[in-house]
Amino acid sequence: MRRYVIVGTGVAGIAAAEAIREADPQARILLIGDEPEGYYSRPGLAYYLTDEVPEKQLFPWRARDFRRLGINLWHDRVVALDPRGHRLKLQRHSEPVPYDRLLLATGSVAVRPDLPGVDLQGVVKLDTLADARRIRQLARKAKAAVVIGGGITALEIVEGLLHHKVQVHYLLRGDRYWRRVLDEQESRIVERRLSERGVRLHYRTQAAEIMGRRGRVTGVRTTDGRVIPAQMVAIAVGVRPRLALPRAAGLRTERGVLADEYLRTSDEDIFAAGDVAQVYDPRVGASVLDDLWSVARAQGRAAGYNMAGWKTPCRRGTPLNVTRLAGLTTTIVGQVGQPARDGEDDLVGIIRGDSEVWRSIPDAIVAQEGFSVNRLRLMVGKKHLLGAVLMGDQTLSRPLYHLIDAQADITPIRERLIQGREPVAEVLAEFWIQWSRQHGTQKPQS
Amino acid sequence: MDWKARLARWFRQEAKRHEAMVAGYVVPDPIRCVQCGICSYHCPIGIDVRRHAWEGQPVVESYCLTCGECVARCPRGVLRFERSDLLPAD
Repeated sequence: MRRYVIVGTGVAGIAAAEAIREADPQARILLIGDEPEGYYSRPGLAYYLTDEVPEKQLFPWRARDFRRLGINLWHDRVVALDPRGHRLKLQRHSEPVPYDRLLLATGSVAVRPDLPGVDLQGVVKLDTLADARRIRQLARKAKAAVVIGGGITALEIVEGLLHHKVQVHYLLRGDRYWRRVLDEQESRIVERRLSERGVRLHYRTQAAEIMGRRGRVTGVRTTDGRVIPAQMVAIAVGVRPRLALPRAAGLRTERGVLADEYLRTSDEDIFAAGDVAQVYDPRVGASVLDDLWSVARAQGRAAGYNMAGWKTPCRRGTPLNVTRLAGLTTTIVGQVGQPARDGEDDLVGIIRGDSEVWRSIPDAIVAQEGFSVNRLRLMVGKKHLLGAVLMGDQTLSRPLYHLIDAQADITPIRERLIQGREPVAEVLAEFWIQWSRQHGTQKPQS
Repeated sequence: MDWKARLARWFRQEAKRHEAMVAGYVVPDPIRCVQCGICSYHCPIGIDVRRHAWEGQPVVESYCLTCGECVARCPRGVLRFERSDLLPAD
């Protein structure tokens, strides 16, 4: 009976446990996580902040689901990994835990900037359920808050604070929101919607210091010497894989734990999946970090199969994220990158819900259309669609995902898309109907 | 949104709903889903729509009212109505 241990109770760990059970019915599966809550929907925290969903609803699995799959769930912290001895040392459990196959699915944590006052009470991040509870608790009393950071998580916090009627000051280091991924018009749409809801946007503004009195936040002093009074400061400048454990164990790491396309690390009995893993992608010939939930799930599942002996390469699909930016449903798929300018970036890590692929700059022509809240930007390559950003109406998002992922030959409509005499959406819809009849729609990867 | 637009939207939603009630069910697109549970939370008869989305299975329970609450509430556009005669094309 093989002993499998999974470290991390996020979606990668859960998907791996399911896959192991499928491939090895006799297996002993132990899932260890350092959060007392175990498995919950991390992306769902955004909707918990806005009261769209109550806390107890964030748990997709109940105790009976773990029992049904015969998975043991421990709340504990792994303090050491001994790859030679095939053992883990835990903080609370005194006996060392042996394994035959190990999965590291420990995820990533919010980057903590080196800023005076960052330890004050009232400084928050949004990594975990505990963080979300803290934000809600503080928001009940706070009058004003400063939010720092330029990606999806920062906006999720902004929206949560708005919901709790907190005056939000949003600091942007550059001259617009999320330059790495959005184009200028898209940034402006988001910014305008935020201002309309009362958010004060501070462009080209960085925090120099978080000020406090008696251990509590009282405001932020900016690098240009202004003082913004606030009782809360939220920081979301990116995340970093949790590498302390694998590094101490001597596994090969770069920005993440290096893993091959079978999710195997430099130790043949140790695998890695999810945010912590930097996975080799044979198509680009490099190892890539992703911070997408769907990717973490796919990697976890493939890792589970491989651990149990079902050889399963993890094909890296076209990255897709659906999110809400200032209340506007937004889909980002494929390559949509913007050329980076030095000193313009608010993010020091990869952000949650992000993929490095988005920021590779495609050799493409942009076709776009739309107005303030229904906008479509298409990256048109020589023969294929490379990427798209859809804001507002999402009718085309599923067709576009399939056309981009399948690298559909768009030669018949390429000129029409680029010339822009006809509505891009109509040209695409017409093409999609024909294409999907001929090819069928692929089952979406899950 | 002015009242005309609101009314137009309501009519569109109603029309879609009736269409779906005739010959449709709720189909998830699992790759978009993050298991937040808003769908299951709003289901008036307690169908665990989230579980269907995890497993990539359409909601084919005969007692599904096709009321559209889950489709409308999902913040990520995971769910859609699909005519049953078109399944399982996707």
